[in-house]
Amino acid sequence: MICDNDRVMIYLDHAATTPMRPGVWEAMAPFAVDRFGNSSGAHEVSRKAKDALEESRERVAACLGARPMEIVFTSGGTEADNLALKGPVTGDRSLGVVTMATEHEAVLETTHFLHRLGHPTHVVGVSRDGGVDPDLVAGSMGPGTAVVSVMTVNNETGVVTDVAAVSAAVKRIDPSVLVHTDAVQAAACESLDVDRLGVDMLSLSGHKFGGPKGAGVLFVREGTRLEPVLHGGGQELGRRSGTHDVAGAVGLATALGMAVEDRSRFRSAVGGIRDDFEKRVMEGVEGVVVNGGAGPRSPHHLNLRIPDVRNQTLLLRLDQSGVAASAGSACQSGAAKVSHVLEAMGLSPDEARECVRFTFGWTTTQDEASEGVATLIDLVGELR
Amino acid sequence: MRAMVAMSGGVDSSVAAALMREAGHDVIGVTLKLWSGPGGEAPTAGCCTLSDAEDARRVAAALDIPYYVLDYTEEFREGVVSVFIDDYAHGRTPNPCIECNRTVKFDRLLNGLDELGCDVLVTGHHARVRSGPDGWELHRGADMAKDQSYVLSMLTSPQLGRTRLPVGEMTKTEVRARAAELGLRTAAKAESMEICFVGRGDYRSFLDRHAPSMLRPGPVIDHTGEVLGAHGGVGGFTVGQRRGLGIAAGEPRYVVSIDATTATVVIGRREDLLVRTVELEGLSTVSGRPLSGRVEAQYRAHGAAMPATLGGGLLHFDEPQMAVAPGQTVAFYESDRVLGGAVIAATG
Ligand SMILES: Cc1ncc(COP(=O)(O)O)c(C=O)c1O
Repeated sequence: MICDNDRVMIYLDHAATTPMRPGVWEAMAPFAVDRFGNSSGAHEVSRKAKDALEESRERVAACLGARPMEIVFTSGGTEADNLALKGPVTGDRSLGVVTMATEHEAVLETTHFLHRLGHPTHVVGVSRDGGVDPDLVAGSMGPGTAVVSVMTVNNETGVVTDVAAVSAAVKRIDPSVLVHTDAVQAAACESLDVDRLGVDMLSLSGHKFGGPKGAGVLFVREGTRLEPVLHGGGQELGRRSGTHDVAGAVGLATALGMAVEDRSRFRSAVGGIRDDFEKRVMEGVEGVVVNGGAGPRSPHHLNLRIPDVRNQTLLLRLDQSGVAASAGSACQSGAAKVSHVLEAMGLSPDEARECVRFTFGWTTTQDEASEGVATLIDLVGELR
Repeated sequence: MRAMVAMSGGVDSSVAAALMREAGHDVIGVTLKLWSGPGGEAPTAGCCTLSDAEDARRVAAALDIPYYVLDYTEEFREGVVSVFIDDYAHGRTPNPCIECNRTVKFDRLLNGLDELGCDVLVTGHHARVRSGPDGWELHRGADMAKDQSYVLSMLTSPQLGRTRLPVGEMTKTEVRARAAELGLRTAAKAESMEICFVGRGDYRSFLDRHAPSMLRPGPVIDHTGEVLGAHGGVGGFTVGQRRGLGIAAGEPRYVVSIDATTATVVIGRREDLLVRTVELEGLSTVSGRPLSGRVEAQYRAHGAAMPATLGGGLLHFDEPQMAVAPGQTVAFYESDRVLGGAVIAATG
């Protein structure tokens, strides 16, 4: 429950962002004030910052089954995705990217940009359930394909992709093709062992698992050659220049550690709350469809199509009733827009305008969810 | 009472929201997203730009009212842009802002009030809603120079009953002063004049993208049929237009009529523009009852109302009028009270 002034909100938009885990802010604070040093200096103040940065790198690496030097700190998930796609192909226009139609804009728009620059790109379609066929992905590769990018958990529907299977299919055809996964939505619920997933690159974003906004990570397997997106002082072994956000790295590492620790509880407890919410909606509202409901799905996403109810109307009423949810996809002004993810799953624009996303998080309680679903059912009854 | 304020990001709707809040109502602010470019981008000019939405959002935040952006791009494309293009295609003078007010801002929002959990719609128009013996009435705003009752002349009494126009009682100067007093960031903001989806007055590139047939070259002729010149497309010409005809003539020439089917622009002298009788379509009245007889008729947003007689789908002006063009809206008044409105189908 989030309290701001006297308004009590039931917050069911954790896929957009989730509050910091307890202690994270406190762990970060010293690096904004007392231990403010630039981690690239040669004195005591600097060393203190550097120690914290490198310790954070080790902690993140441990959570991914990676080596510390394979961790690149970025300004968030968007930058990590950009580096993963642009880095391997920059400078050689014969090299390109294969990705999925349901990816986050950070991947899709980067792919479109590379296409405009003349790189070969291919966007693979998905099934009605949002699932992707590993062989279809592998079969979409061309001679210039350098990177295949498939997300672990979809941010709108929660559909889980079997990244290991995609990687195996890709590597069977050409082991030199790099496999990237945007695991931004997955950190709270999925085990992210980079060897088990078989990936060469993996993106994370701090604010999706209880860390700070503006802090992210790209895992880059040792030996992977990347042209940086940001050139400059050569930090992060030249892969990402810019004075380190030490506080951000500390916050991200602290939160990731907590999220990993909390993972099995999260799966059962938050998953149980989501399942109960879903069951009640299905019972209480006629004709509801769970988008992506047929295949493997994360425990904390729920994307519903409620026929005959326009999502922007429902979202406004939910907000007025103290429930924060989302359309999954919004433009800069906050207006709902037709979701490319749902369109890729075969929904018409009109159907996509009937879809709302509820996402649950580490703070969600059963009481909150019960109240939220009761409000939802009442409102739908009124709007129909 | 719960009020939904349509906030355009201008000073009038900002103050309207503030006044409703002061009056103790539950207020929410909404901005309509009506148009986006080919890449989904917000317009950069006109009344609905991204920076306008940002102004509206900031004003709502300052007033501590919930604020939403509602997407009505589909409705706008169908109800306004396609009509605009169609009007041009028929040589008519389109009136997209009136069409937008009617079909999107009022029709949609008023019909959607219950769904959105609100009782009344509030806008920043300079006009007044009053209750009269026959129901709700629409009157000119207190500030004659800024009066906008003309653009609302298609509203009906039941619609007016769910509409509040709080700044209609004020002059523009008072509105600005009030906004300044409240510290609203829109207090000194300039008014927008452009059509939001065309932007920067660039009709040609808009038509090029959306209605390329409007850019078919054709002849410029006079009333005898003599060809005086050529033009690059009827889109962009308006009856009464004088500049940009590309004709060197001794005396001033004006566009007298436009025939889009043959891509012909007819020009003539000033007196050829005089019109006494016009044919109307889509006549609607505030009261819902038929209207005929003596009226005062205003056919331009900022023109005066002229004495005329209405009957049988025709409007006869007492005195001939200049540059009355098909497609324009006519609003009928009795003194300050709006009786109804119609669209000019043809002039004769
Ligand atoms: C799947 C996915 N990828 C990337 C991002 C972008 O991450 P960030 O907000 O850290 O730039 C998000 C979050 O919006 C996301 O959900």
